[in-house]
Amino acid sequence: MAENVWILGIKMTKFGKHPDLDTVDLAAQAVHGALDDAGVSMGQMGILAAGNLMGGGLGIGQAIQKQVGQTGIPVYNVSNACATGATALRTAVMAVKAGEADYGLAVGVEKLAGAGLLAGGARKSDENVYTPSGRYGAVAPIDGRIGTETMPGVFAQIGMEYLHEHQYGAEPFELFARISEKNHSHSTLNPLAAYTKKMSLEEIMGDVMIAYPNTRPMCSANCDGAAAAVVVNDATLKKLSKEQQRRALKIAASVLTTDPWEEACQVLPNVNTLTRNAARQAYEEAGVGPKDLDLVELHDCFATAELVHYDNLGLCEPGGATELFESGATWRDGTTPVNVSGGLESKGHPIAATGIANIWEVCHHLRGEAGDRQIEGAKVGLAHVIGLGSACGVHILEKAA
Amino acid sequence: MTKQIPLVDYLVLGDSPHLVAHECTSCGARYFDRRNACAACFATDFKDVDVPTEGELRAYTIVSFAAPGVPVPFVAGLVDCGGTSVRANVINVEPDPGHVKLGMKVRLATNLAGTDDEGTEAIGFGFEPY
Repeated sequence: MAENVWILGIKMTKFGKHPDLDTVDLAAQAVHGALDDAGVSMGQMGILAAGNLMGGGLGIGQAIQKQVGQTGIPVYNVSNACATGATALRTAVMAVKAGEADYGLAVGVEKLAGAGLLAGGARKSDENVYTPSGRYGAVAPIDGRIGTETMPGVFAQIGMEYLHEHQYGAEPFELFARISEKNHSHSTLNPLAAYTKKMSLEEIMGDVMIAYPNTRPMCSANCDGAAAAVVVNDATLKKLSKEQQRRALKIAASVLTTDPWEEACQVLPNVNTLTRNAARQAYEEAGVGPKDLDLVELHDCFATAELVHYDNLGLCEPGGATELFESGATWRDGTTPVNVSGGLESKGHPIAATGIANIWEVCHHLRGEAGDRQIEGAKVGLAHVIGLGSACGVHILEKAA
Repeated sequence: MTKQIPLVDYLVLGDSPHLVAHECTSCGARYFDRRNACAACFATDFKDVDVPTEGELRAYTIVSFAAPGVPVPFVAGLVDCGGTSVRANVINVEPDPGHVKLGMKVRLATNLAGTDDEGTEAIGFGFEPY
């Protein structure tokens, strides 16, 4: 643990009206200013904490990284209303204090002046005249005209890219549909799953097509839900009851990564490298390997995503995801049960809850409390989530000795 | 002559329509959006480069469900243009798995994206098999 944490560099921009600067422009000015003031580079940062309340979008931290440096470090997007900036700094301080980074970067940014949107020229309200705006100088919405940004389409491409890279010869649709079949089958044993209906391969393939090859049941189920966890340190746990100590699960690894820059990553999100990095760090931290895992809850936001994560999490040899699946290994009675909860496709995906809910599933088995769907003798499990933008969380849990 | 404007500023119209990328002069990383710095090496100097108009389809999906106003189905894909990846629709082809294949050779083509109240045409692009 670090003794003191210091402010090495700091910068604020000239506050005022900046109609020609978007949120990330302002943040980049502040970030570059702080790094220059400190005499260090983005490459040395070990953690980024970022706050922005009004901007919308998926993650201000990731948006900033794409414009100042994607180095794969953990990013925390924080929010506490007007206390957001202090919260960002507090987060960076905690990480440095905990010894998780030598240098941390905190940034807070807002565009509140007038309409706040970057738009070139004046547009009369009753006229529609093409005016380039935004970082691509677009004159009209591009989704649907230049590719797609919708999740089912993005993840369909991610799965298809894997098949292309590894020269898969057979029909992509059926392969991915059978992954979905597995998860829907698993969910019949999970009373907490949003959907507990078994679905045949024909039913899955015959259902409404959303973005080929993902049909509706192959997409994560939108539903309501929440999950919460209490964590405690060793010293405090030792003072608690025998029962509490028996049921406590060790967090053998807790890792967060973002996507380091690679060619194409700002064109089609790359969910592979950041997962591989997170998995590698997690296995090292926990001192276990993929073969030691008794169960895995991974991020099947779409059936096409599950396949690539077999490879990314090292559950198979590189390029071997289709063979792994075809062998039956990832069914609940296989050597590496994946998504015995039903996964995001069937258990559901209330977005912010999922990252703790899938850890709940792993813990449930490690405690021997999973009833009908118990993976016998489970001692070690891995939970994985991906947030597009992107971020990857990997946790490895172990049963108390 | 009808006034034309590209749908996005990285599409250059004219006799030989093509895409232009901002290339980092330090490391060669290429981007299509306005930059603050290079995400790969943090440098802040870029030059514009032409992207090859021919490429290979590395990934695709056929979107059947989209936001209101977006015509479906359409094929969205990732095209590898001589080492530069481009996000685009695959156009001038039947939008079904029988006609779109991973690895297929495609080339840039322009299309009409819309017309505004002054009669200006927005010209978009896609990649068509050849």
